[in-house]
Amino acid sequence: MTDLRLGTYESVIGLEVHAELLTASKIFCGCSASFGAPPNQHTCPVCIGMPGMLPVLNRRVVEFAVRAGLATHCRIAPTSRWARKNYFYPDLCKGYQISQFELPICEAGYVDITVDGTAKRVRLTRIHMEEDTGKNIHDGNSSGSLVDFNRSGVPLLEIVSEPDMTWPAEAGAYLRTLRSILQYLQICDGNMEEGSFRCDANCSVRPKGSTTLGTKVEIKNMNSFRAVERAIAYELERQVRVLEEGGTLVQETRLWDPDREETRSMRSKESSHDYRYFPDPDLPPLVIPDGFVEEVQRSLPELPDARRARFVEKLGLPDYDAEVLTARRDVADYFEAVVAAHGNAKAASNWVMGDILRLVREQKLDDAPVIERWPVSAAHLGALIALIDGGTISGKIAKTVFEEMLASGDAPAAIVERKGLTQVSDEGPIVAAIDQILAANGPKVEEYRSGKDKLFGFFVGQVMKATGGKANPGLVNRILKEKLGA
Amino acid sequence: MLTDLTIAAAAERLRRGDLSAVELTRAALDRIAATDSAIHAFLTVTADEALAQAAAVDAERKTGHDRGPLAGIPIAVKDVIATKGVRTTAASKILADFVPPYDATVTRRLRDAGAVIVGKVNCDEFAMGSSNENSAFALTRNPWDLDRVPGGSSGGSAAAVAARQAFASLGTDTGGSIRLPAGYTGIVGMKPTYGRVSRFGVIAYASSLDQVGPMARDVTDCALVLQALAGHDPRDSTSVDRPVPDYGAAVARGADEGARGLRIALPREYFGGGMQPEVEAAVRAAAATFTSGGADVQDASLPHTEYAVSCYYVLAPAEASSNLARYDGIRYGLRAPADGLLDLYRKSRAAGFGPEVKRRIMLGTYVLSSGYYDAYYLKAQKVRTLIRRDFERVFADADVIVTPVAPTTAFRIGEKTADPLQMYLSDVFMISVNLAGLPGIVVPCGVDAAGMPIGLQIVGPPFGEEVVLRAARAFEAATSWHQLRPPELAEGKPPK
Amino acid sequence: MAGSGGRCYTPPPVKVSVDDIRHVALLARLALTPEEEAELTTTLDSILQHMDQLNRLDTTDVEPTAHVASVAAPFRDDVVTNAPDADALLANAPARDDDLFLVPKIID
Repeated sequence: MTDLRLGTYESVIGLEVHAELLTASKIFCGCSASFGAPPNQHTCPVCIGMPGMLPVLNRRVVEFAVRAGLATHCRIAPTSRWARKNYFYPDLCKGYQISQFELPICEAGYVDITVDGTAKRVRLTRIHMEEDTGKNIHDGNSSGSLVDFNRSGVPLLEIVSEPDMTWPAEAGAYLRTLRSILQYLQICDGNMEEGSFRCDANCSVRPKGSTTLGTKVEIKNMNSFRAVERAIAYELERQVRVLEEGGTLVQETRLWDPDREETRSMRSKESSHDYRYFPDPDLPPLVIPDGFVEEVQRSLPELPDARRARFVEKLGLPDYDAEVLTARRDVADYFEAVVAAHGNAKAASNWVMGDILRLVREQKLDDAPVIERWPVSAAHLGALIALIDGGTISGKIAKTVFEEMLASGDAPAAIVERKGLTQVSDEGPIVAAIDQILAANGPKVEEYRSGKDKLFGFFVGQVMKATGGKANPGLVNRILKEKLGA
Repeated sequence: MLTDLTIAAAAERLRRGDLSAVELTRAALDRIAATDSAIHAFLTVTADEALAQAAAVDAERKTGHDRGPLAGIPIAVKDVIATKGVRTTAASKILADFVPPYDATVTRRLRDAGAVIVGKVNCDEFAMGSSNENSAFALTRNPWDLDRVPGGSSGGSAAAVAARQAFASLGTDTGGSIRLPAGYTGIVGMKPTYGRVSRFGVIAYASSLDQVGPMARDVTDCALVLQALAGHDPRDSTSVDRPVPDYGAAVARGADEGARGLRIALPREYFGGGMQPEVEAAVRAAAATFTSGGADVQDASLPHTEYAVSCYYVLAPAEASSNLARYDGIRYGLRAPADGLLDLYRKSRAAGFGPEVKRRIMLGTYVLSSGYYDAYYLKAQKVRTLIRRDFERVFADADVIVTPVAPTTAFRIGEKTADPLQMYLSDVFMISVNLAGLPGIVVPCGVDAAGMPIGLQIVGPPFGEEVVLRAARAFEAATSWHQLRPPELAEGKPPK
Repeated sequence: MAGSGGRCYTPPPVKVSVDDIRHVALLARLALTPEEEAELTTTLDSILQHMDQLNRLDTTDVEPTAHVASVAAPFRDDVVTNAPDADALLANAPARDDDLFLVPKIID
C-alpha cells in the first residue's frame, strides 16, 4: 500500500463514478434501456435529438437515485433541478446533456471502506441523475466514425466523492464497496468491462502536511478496478517526478494507456470546456412527492454493512469470512441458501470461500455481475456438509464427492451411495485394520515408540489405504494412539 | 367567395350538407394558386394530402360522424411545427429537406378535429424575427400592401389568413410572433398562457417562452381553433394539467354581455411616446369603446416595462443557442463539405443558419459563457420575476390589460433591417406578456392613413383565456374593424 | 460620480472584442467570415451595452424565474413504449453506413 515513490509529498484522490441504471426504459423517453441491441434499434426522435422533441422523466430513475442516496447516508433534496451541459460531440445528439448542476438530488453522504483491516470513511459530495450519450465507433468504417444512439438517454447516476482517499488501494476498496452497494440495491449491475460502471479519478499531490490542494489532474479510460489502482499510482508518481524536477503541473485530463501502462495528455486542442450550464427550461423542478422517500426506505434490501454485521453476530462468522461473503450480493445470497439447507455457517463459509469461488474463477463466471448458475447448487452443498457433520463421510472423502457433484450434477447422498463412499465408523473393522498394520510393521512401531513421532502419519496413511480411504479419521487417530501407547 | 366565409359559417354549411369539405378545400387551394405568387405565404402546399383529408371528412360525415366545427376546414401550419411526412424547415436552409417522421401534438389535434392542412407557411428563420424578413426561402408580403412586411415571426400564418388563403393558421409566439403579425395584417391572433398548449413537435426557439396559438379572421374562429389545441400533453413536461374550459361560451358571453363590468387596466408605460399618432389614437378610442360598453377603464402601472426587451434578449437567445445546437449536420439537416469533424460543425452551421439566427446564437452563447452567466442570464431571470410581479399586482384589481400592439403599423420591407437593436425595441409591447407567461389576444381596432391595420392587444392573468376572449368579442361586437379586408381582396381581385 | 445627473451608477466597460467573438464562435461551432466577425463585434457590443440597463435594477432577494408555469416535473412510468424503427430515424441522415450515422473520423 505504501510502496509509492512520493518522496516528501502526500497524495489526494477523489473519484467520480458513472453508474448505468437498470431501468427498463430510458430516462427521458420510452425506448428500451437494455444493453446489446443492434445499432440504433433502441432509439426514437427524442433520444436522437430531432427538432421539437421534449424530455419526460422516468419515475424509476428518481426511485433508484433515492435508493442510492439512502444507502450512502446522503441528504435527499426535496426539490432538485435539471440543467443543460452544453458541448458539441457526435454522440451527444442535442448538443447538450441533461444533467443536474446546482441542486442535485443527493448530497453529503459517505461510504465506509476497509483497506488491509483499517476502516476509513469516504465522504460523498453528491449524487445526481443524468442521461448517457450515444457511442462512437471508430473502427467500423474506413472513411469515418460511426455513431450508435442506443445508449443515448440511458439513465446514469453520477456519484462524486470528496478527495478523501490517499492510496490507490483505498480507491480500489471504495470502488468495490460502492459497486457492491449499487448491486445490492439492484439499481446497477456494476459491470466495468461493459461500461455500466465507469470511473474517472482526480489526483493531486502536495507537500506533506499542507492543507491546500495541489494541481488536480483528471484520469479517464480506466476499464477495471486494477486499472484504476495502477493508473492512479502511475499518475501520482509522475506528478511527484515533475515537481521534484522543478517542473509545473498542468490542470488537465489524461488518458490511461493500459498497454503502455502510463497516463498521457489528451490531444484535443480545446483546453477547458465551457459547459455554459443553465436550468433546463423543458424540465420543471423535480419535487419529491410526499411519502416517496419513506416508501423507498421501506423497500431497501439489507445492505452489505448490515449483512456483514448479521453474519458475524447471528451466524458467528469471523469478520474476514463475513467480508468476503458479502462483497457480492449473489455470493451472499448463495451462502445463505447453503446455510438454509444445512445450518453449519462456518462450514458453509469455508466451502463457499474455498471450493465454490475457486470454481467460479476457473470457469470464468466471476466476470458476470450476477451469477445465476452456481457450479453446485446451494441445496446440494448444504446436503454435503450435512453428510460430513453427520459422520457419514469424512472431510477428505467429501472433496471427492464434491468433484463428482460437479461432474454429474447429482445429489451428494446419491453419489456416496453409488460409489460406496460411506465412511467406516464401526470400531470393529478399524481395530482390525489397525492391528493388521501394526503387526505388519513391527520395526516402525519400535521407531515410533522411541520418539520418531512423524511415523504416526505413516500408520494413518496405511490404515486409510487398507480401508479404501473410508475409515473415520477421528476414530483411526484415537485408536492408533491408544494402541501405539503414545 | 367560399374563402370569405368564417370557420363558424363554413362549419354550419358543411354540417347542413350544402357545402363539401372538398369544395371548400379546392377553393382554398385555388385562392393560394391565384395569390401566393404575390404574397409568398406558403413554403409547401400539400394539395393532394389536403384533398384526401377533405374527402375523408366528407365520407365520414355521410356516415353521420361529425368531428366538430373544424372538420373539413382548411388550415395552414407555421413551418416550425412538425407535420409527419411533410417537409418542415423552420424557414431555414439547415432544415431545407427535413421530413419529420412525427406530427407535433398540435398537428395531431388538428387532424383529430378533422381539419384539412393545406400547407406549411413561411416565418422568420427559427421564429427569430419581427417582420418575416429573416426567412431563408421567401419574403412574405403584407396582403394590405405588398411593399410592407406582414410582421413576424408568424408572417406567413398571418398573411395566409388575411389573404383568405386559409381559414385559420397556427402560429407560434415567443416575443410577440403571433400577436404582432396579427396586428399588422388586421386579423385575430392569440398566444395562450404558457403551458396551455403543447410544445411537443414544435421546433424550439426559446423553450420557456414559446407557445403555439391560433390566428383567424375573428374572435369566434380563434376560439374554435384554441379549443382544439388546448389541453395537457404528457409528452411535454411544461404542459399544464388543467381542464380546458368552453371557450365558445366565453366568446358568447362577450357578445351577450359586452364589456359590462369588466375592469380594464391601461398601463401608462405603454403610452410613453414614440408611437405613431394614429396608433395611439386608435387604442385610446378602443379604450373609450370599452367604457361605453360598461367597462371600468383605469390607468395602471407596469414599472419594469422598460427592461423587458433587454431581459428577453438575454433569455431568449441564451435558450436558443442551446436549442439550436442539435443542428450540426450529423443526424439530419444540411451537412456542408468539410475536412474533419470540427470543420463539419462550423461549416454546416455557417452555411445553414441565416444572419439573424447566427446573431442570436452568438448573443446567447456569450451571455451563458463562463464569467458572464451571473451578470446577464441570472440577472435577466430575476428581472423576469420583477416583470411577472408587476402583472400580478395589476391583475389584483383588473380583469384584463389593454395595450397597443406596436409603436407603428406595418413598416416597409427593408426599413428596419439595418439595425437589429431597433428591430428588437419594436417588440416592447409584446414581450412582457411572454416573460410573464400570460394569455394575450390581438384584434383589429383601426386603420391608419395609409390604410394599414392597427391592432389592439388584450392581456389576461394566467389561464385567463376566457376573460380575454370575452373582452375581445365584446370589442368586436361593438365595432366593425374585423370586417375590413385588404383592399384588393375586398374587390375580389388578387393583389398585384 | 459627480455630475452624473444624480444617478449613482457607472456602467462597467462592456467592450466586446474580435477575440471575444472568435472565442464565442468556436463555442457555438460557427465559421464566421471576417466581415461577419466585424459586424458581430459591433452589433453584440451595442446590444450588450443596452442590456447593461438591467444592472440598474436592485434584484437582491429576488428569486430567478426559470419556469413560468408553476408545475413540478411530471413522471413517466418505467415502461418501454417505443418500437424499433431505425429506418425512419435514419431517413434524414446526411451520411449513414447501414443503421449507423457516419461522421468524419473522431480523434480524441
